[in-house]
Parts: sequence; C-alpha cells; structure tokens
Amino acid sequence: MLSEILIDIQGLSFSRGDRPIYRAMNMQVQRGKVTAIMGPSGIGKTTLLKLIGGQLKPDSGKILFEGRDIPRLSRSELYQARKKMSMLFQSGALFTEMTVFDNVAFPLREHTKLPESLIRRIVLMKLEAVGLRGARDLMPAELSGGMARRAALARAIALDPELIMYDEPFAGQDPISMGVIVRLIRELNNALGLTSVVVSHDVTEVMSIADYVYVVADKTVIGEGTPEQLRNDPSPLVQQFLRGEADGPVPFHFKAAAYQDELMELTR
Amino acid sequence: MIADRLQRIGHSTISTVAGFGRAGLMLFGALLGKPDFRKGFPLLVKQLYVIGVLSLLIILVSGLFIGMVLALQGYNVLVKFGAEGMLGPLVSLSLLRELGPVVTALLFAGRAGSALTAEIGLMKATEQLSSMEMMAVDPLRRIIAPRFWAGVICMPLLALIFNAVGILGGHLVGVEWLGVDAGSYWSAMQANVDLYQDVMNGVIKSLVFALVVIWIALHKGYDAVPTSEGISRATTETVVTASLAVLGFDFILTAVMFGG
Repeated sequence: MLSEILIDIQGLSFSRGDRPIYRAMNMQVQRGKVTAIMGPSGIGKTTLLKLIGGQLKPDSGKILFEGRDIPRLSRSELYQARKKMSMLFQSGALFTEMTVFDNVAFPLREHTKLPESLIRRIVLMKLEAVGLRGARDLMPAELSGGMARRAALARAIALDPELIMYDEPFAGQDPISMGVIVRLIRELNNALGLTSVVVSHDVTEVMSIADYVYVVADKTVIGEGTPEQLRNDPSPLVQQFLRGEADGPVPFHFKAAAYQDELMELTR
Repeated sequence: MIADRLQRIGHSTISTVAGFGRAGLMLFGALLGKPDFRKGFPLLVKQLYVIGVLSLLIILVSGLFIGMVLALQGYNVLVKFGAEGMLGPLVSLSLLRELGPVVTALLFAGRAGSALTAEIGLMKATEQLSSMEMMAVDPLRRIIAPRFWAGVICMPLLALIFNAVGILGGHLVGVEWLGVDAGSYWSAMQANVDLYQDVMNGVIKSLVFALVVIWIALHKGYDAVPTSEGISRATTETVVTASLAVLGFDFILTAVMFGG
C-alpha cells in the first residue's frame, strides 16, 4: 500500500511574507493516477507545485516524494529527485532562443551522454506523441499557445519522468487545443505509466480526466474524492465551486463596510 | 515623524544590504564549483559573440570620434604655446588612462548591460529559469556564468580597441587635417607612454569596470520583478547604477594609480 503513494504531503504549512497560504494541509498522490487539485484562483495552487518541486521551502510539514522528504534533501539529492519529476508551466516556458527540436533535446543533452543520433530519435518520438513532429524546426515564437504547450509537454516527458505536474494546462486555450491537451494528459498517463498532478480551475475538463480530485480553499483541503464522490459532496463550498455559482460561502462582494452605512455617509 | 523617517532609512538600508547579499550569493552560486568545459565552452563562445562582437560597432564609432575631438580641442590649446608636437601624448594618455576604460564601460553598460538585464528578466518572467531548475539544470551555472565570463573577457579587449581607434582618430584630425608633423605625433607618443604605468593600468581599470557592470546587469535581471514593468525598471536601474559605479570606481582607482 505504501509504495502506491508517490507524493505524501503531511501537515504542510506555508506562508508568503505575513500571508498564510497553507495551514496544516494533507494530500496524497497515488502512483499511476491522474490527481487533480482544484480551487479558486489566487489560493496558491502553483505554489503547491513549486513546493513539491523543491523550488520553495515550507514553514513546516513534510512533502514525501517516493518516501523522501523533499525540503530536507541536499542540493544534489534534490537535483536527482527532480530528474524523476517534470513540470509543465502555464506559459510552456520553452527556451525562446532554441528551436522546438533543441528544446525537447535540452534535458537529454544535459543529463545523458547519448549520441546525437539517438537523441534525434528520442526527440522525434516525443514530438510524434504530441503531434508536433512536423514543427520541429520552428522557433517557440512561431507556435500558437496550444502548440507551445504541447511542445513543452514533449520536453517534459523527454527524460521519461515518474511524475508530471501540469500548471493550469487548460487556461486560455481554444476548445480544440483544450480537447487535445485533455486527451494527451490522459493518454500519456496511461501509455507511459506516469503519475500526473493537474492543477486547474476548469471544472468540466478536470472532472472528465481525473481519478481523484482535491478541492483546495481557505488554506487547506475542503473536499476530496473521485469525481463521482465530489459531485455528491455535502459541503456548500465545494458545490459552489463545482457549479460555478457567483455567490455562496465564497462571497461575491469583497470585504467592505455595510452597504447601507456607506451610502448614508454620502447624504450626511 | 522622526521615528517614521528613521524607520524608512532603516528599511532602505536593510533592503540595500539584502540586495548586496543576494547579488553575492548569485555570483557565488554561478562561479563556484567545477566548470564543465565540454558544455561550458560553446555557451561562452556564443556569449562572447553576443556581448563582445555585437558591441564592436558602437565602440569603434565612439572611439574614433572621441579621439578626433580630443585632437581638435588639444590642438587649440597646445598651439598657443607652440607645443602642438605634444598632441600625440595628450591624445594617447587621455585615452589610455581615462577615456578608454571609462567610456567603454559606460557604452558597455548601455549596450550590453541593459540587454543582459532585459534578457534574464524576461527569462524569469516567462518561467524559463524556473523550468530549467525543474529540469535539474542550475540556471546560475547555465545562464549567469557564461555571460559573466564573456563580459569580463570582452570589456578590456573592447577598451583596447577603443584606445587604438581613438589614437587613429587623433592622428586623422591632428596630422591629416591640422598639419601636426606625423613624426612628432608618433615619436612623442612613444617617448611618453609607459607600458605598465599607462597601458596596463588602463587594462586593470577596465577589468574592474567589467566586473562591476556585468555583475550589476546580471543581478538586476535575475532579481527583477517578473512583470513587464519590473523588467523595464530593472533595465533602467542597470544603466544608472552601473554608470555611477563605474565613475565612482574610476575616481578611486585613479587616486590609487596616479594619485601619489
């Protein structure tokens, strides 16, 4: 059972300056599954991925990746662990001065001593998987948003990682490229035996591909379960989020003094 | 009121010192450790081209004009004393000791420094640095280190080129146009310029300026607020801070080298 869990977050607390982001949060990611983390924007979902990747250090709590506590690893151990994980950034974060081919080849050239002919074959295979083999000589600036994200995905799977983290993969995509990415996440997860963590607030897409979903709000997990279980979750906050209602436990109005009082002030 | 002001002074002092600390850590992280020549050398060559070769044009043109202006102004004064034969030393010593290293550094800060800050700031804003880190590649070693070394290698060479072109420009105006004797222009220069005292001190100056300018440029880019506004502010700060730092260090170095 233990080895089934790839990432185990225990009692995670993190704050940025004076502003607490997470308080004593627990979360587990099963190996080989697509785990989604949903929540309103601005609650630090990307921060969570950076915590898992060891780019930020938590105030307290454990982040176990394959049983090893990421924040406590030494620099070289952390770099070893990072070779087993990869992250797809919201913008794609392709290196702008390299072609698509060189972008995908970058991690291979950095971390392996493979001959160039073999690297070429691996890169073409990865690009074929995302449908961009024909775009290998283009520069990132020549790609559309959806293509850039797919190219970045090819780069993310270049080293055959255990874990791939998607930061808002659906944000700002047209329906077609959204569909393509939804399919790719699911297919890559199954075909390559990956473990996927998807951070997003696009409810429909996430519910359609996730095996397990965490809803994060108010600095901690407010609901979890399979998409089925979540739809029947009694929490009004979870329901408001899933249905996209404007008003509810998350208020429509920013914190303010009573409306009547403020209006009366003007007439005084 | 006073407490308020004190607090503000304290705050800005602390953030300045913290900035120095971050800049030091950045350089430390970039330069420490075993260099990997197989991967590092092509990166260095590329940066030598971007930072050095692409700065050549502005250095050549500025050097030529500064040399020509020096000769023109110097001639007008020297001719009153009948000392126009000393035009060669005047032009060459001004260039070698002061104008060469300083103006090169100022131009370098404007041309290469601002470009470096903007480039690295943009890499940060578009998450390229983060993604490199997630790919287990250290952006300090991969991005910062080659640019640093390229800058340190290029600047003294650019300053020497600036000097050479300036002296030719002085020759153009002084000898070809104003009629100073070519033999006295060159021989007086040869007699009065000392390899160590003048040429080497100029090279040392421009090495120091190179360290200062490139460090400031890289740090401002690496530390930039990753938004378009933050990058534009960082670019401005690079040019202003680096220029002031160059002038300040120039005074100190001049005092040490030629003061007593």
